[in-house]
Amino acid sequence: MADKTIYLDFEEPIYKLDSKIQELKSCCDDKLAKDFNKEIANLEKKTKRLLEETYAKLTPWQKVCVARHANRPHTIDYINALVDNFMPMAGDKLFGDDEAIIGGLGFFKGQSVMILGHEKGHDLESRIRHGFGMAKPEGYRKAKRLMELANHFGLPIISLVDTAGAFPGIEGEERGQAEAIASCIMEGFKLEVPYIAVVIGEGGSGGAIAIASANRILMLEHSIYSVISPEGCASILWRDGAAVKKAATALHLTAQDLYKFGVIDEIIAEPLGGAHRFREETIRRTGDVIWRHLAELKKMSSEELAKNRENKFLAMTRLELK
Amino acid sequence: MNWLLDYVRPKLSVAKTEKDVPDNLWDKCPQCDAMVYGQELAKNLYVCPHCGYHLYLRPRKRLNMLFDNGEYTYLETPQVKEDPLNFRDTKDYRTKLRSAREKTKFDDAFVAAYGKMGGHGVVIGVMNFNFIGGSMGVAVGEGIVRAAQFAVEHHMPLILVTASGGARMQEGILSLMQMARTTLAIKLLKDQHLPYIAVLTNPTTGGVSASFAMLGDITIAEPDALIAFAGARVIKETIKADLPVGFQKAEYLKKHGMVDMIVNRKELREKLICLLNLLGNAFVRGE
Repeated sequence: MADKTIYLDFEEPIYKLDSKIQELKSCCDDKLAKDFNKEIANLEKKTKRLLEETYAKLTPWQKVCVARHANRPHTIDYINALVDNFMPMAGDKLFGDDEAIIGGLGFFKGQSVMILGHEKGHDLESRIRHGFGMAKPEGYRKAKRLMELANHFGLPIISLVDTAGAFPGIEGEERGQAEAIASCIMEGFKLEVPYIAVVIGEGGSGGAIAIASANRILMLEHSIYSVISPEGCASILWRDGAAVKKAATALHLTAQDLYKFGVIDEIIAEPLGGAHRFREETIRRTGDVIWRHLAELKKMSSEELAKNRENKFLAMTRLELK
Repeated sequence: MNWLLDYVRPKLSVAKTEKDVPDNLWDKCPQCDAMVYGQELAKNLYVCPHCGYHLYLRPRKRLNMLFDNGEYTYLETPQVKEDPLNFRDTKDYRTKLRSAREKTKFDDAFVAAYGKMGGHGVVIGVMNFNFIGGSMGVAVGEGIVRAAQFAVEHHMPLILVTASGGARMQEGILSLMQMARTTLAIKLLKDQHLPYIAVLTNPTTGGVSASFAMLGDITIAEPDALIAFAGARVIKETIKADLPVGFQKAEYLKKHGMVDMIVNRKELREKLICLLNLLGNAFVRGE
């Protein structure tokens, strides 16, 4: 895995150790193997400790970088690993199909569900096809349509949030980006089925909350969820694009912050060194946590589920005055 | 059951008729540059008598203009935690709040009142653009939730007059959540079949447009109002090209099917009353 890893700026010491390990592993012939193995084991231990130290105290800005890491598992990876017989569905039946949001029916641990989420793509070609995970109105209208369909057939909905934000452009405005997002939020409140949202990477503003007016809102340990990107906030409030680190801290956008504010229900722990290093393990853990919440929600009646969402959001952000 | 016949009559004893400071000054129309005498402008509901441009109308004046005889009662909204993030950029957020309060004499960027309009009991909420750009934080969200709940409790329609730059960044994720909470507020009305009319004024953008502003049973916009999700500057930077003429203006939105009607301020009250008359006149089955 290490050779494929893209290292972040602050991971330079880890990168150095990893390269050294690789070097030793590659040049070792049988004769020297014994000595080298010991050295490699030492270095690996050191790397592990360093990873532990680094990831235990990531700054908010570092979390932003981890949340956006190119190797981080995306919606498509979760679907491939967690869902059997996935039946992808396309289009808003109004204008077109926006692959910035993907979704469809499938079996999740035997339960048939509607699973949908933002998809950023993994290389240039797929990133372009998926609009870099920035959905247009037709993307949100597709999400809404899939939710309606799930509701109609009494199927739980799992939505995976991973977007820099809704697409900002002429065609988006022309086709009612604001209305599309608002209606998608509204649809969430109308549902009579379990609805679970998981922020797996970047939860970018209105584009994120469009598919997160859910019964349960979960976040991966190093994911972020914010009203505006640190870049946007820095340029507006500091009038200085370089103030991103300050902005990231000021915005309180980490999973830990949101949990403290009572905005999210649970933080899903990532394996040491982040989801991008241990993709399968992260997906497996996430699936297990979703399953646990789903089991709880399945005990509720249709009415209770809608009421649960209503009460949750009415109480939300009502912080103690003192 | 009909909200028109069935609402609980509000007490109007506290109705406020506030006198604004006389506008003895000349104002310049930002559109046509004509100099207009302040009192004339006020009498004309802050619509330029020369070019018809709709200037910003402050919340009190808006409420005075909409309610019958300018009589209404303010709704009290629950107090919210101030500066929950301890936010500080180049200035701290508490200071910004304090100066906005001094400037506007309002607690935050939203105020709601109930009273009568064309004889109908109605709740009207107005955003205050002069209060940190009308941005939506917890206080605004809470105000809208309260206004909706009051409307439901008293079986009244709700009218919201928007003017906002979007979510209030200084309240971080808590402000983003107001998009969901205000949307939920509108759902409470819809569940009871109570009308919700959105009146979009200049400007209505960002998180406010992408939540309650775009969910009206009827959506009205004032002429030339900027109504947008993404800011024009951001879009221009992204696409590196010029934007179409009239982009994101009320007329553009109407053309693209996003608002029902564009109504001049002078006709707004009359049109709203007419809509309430129509919406409240459901047919009786079998007749």
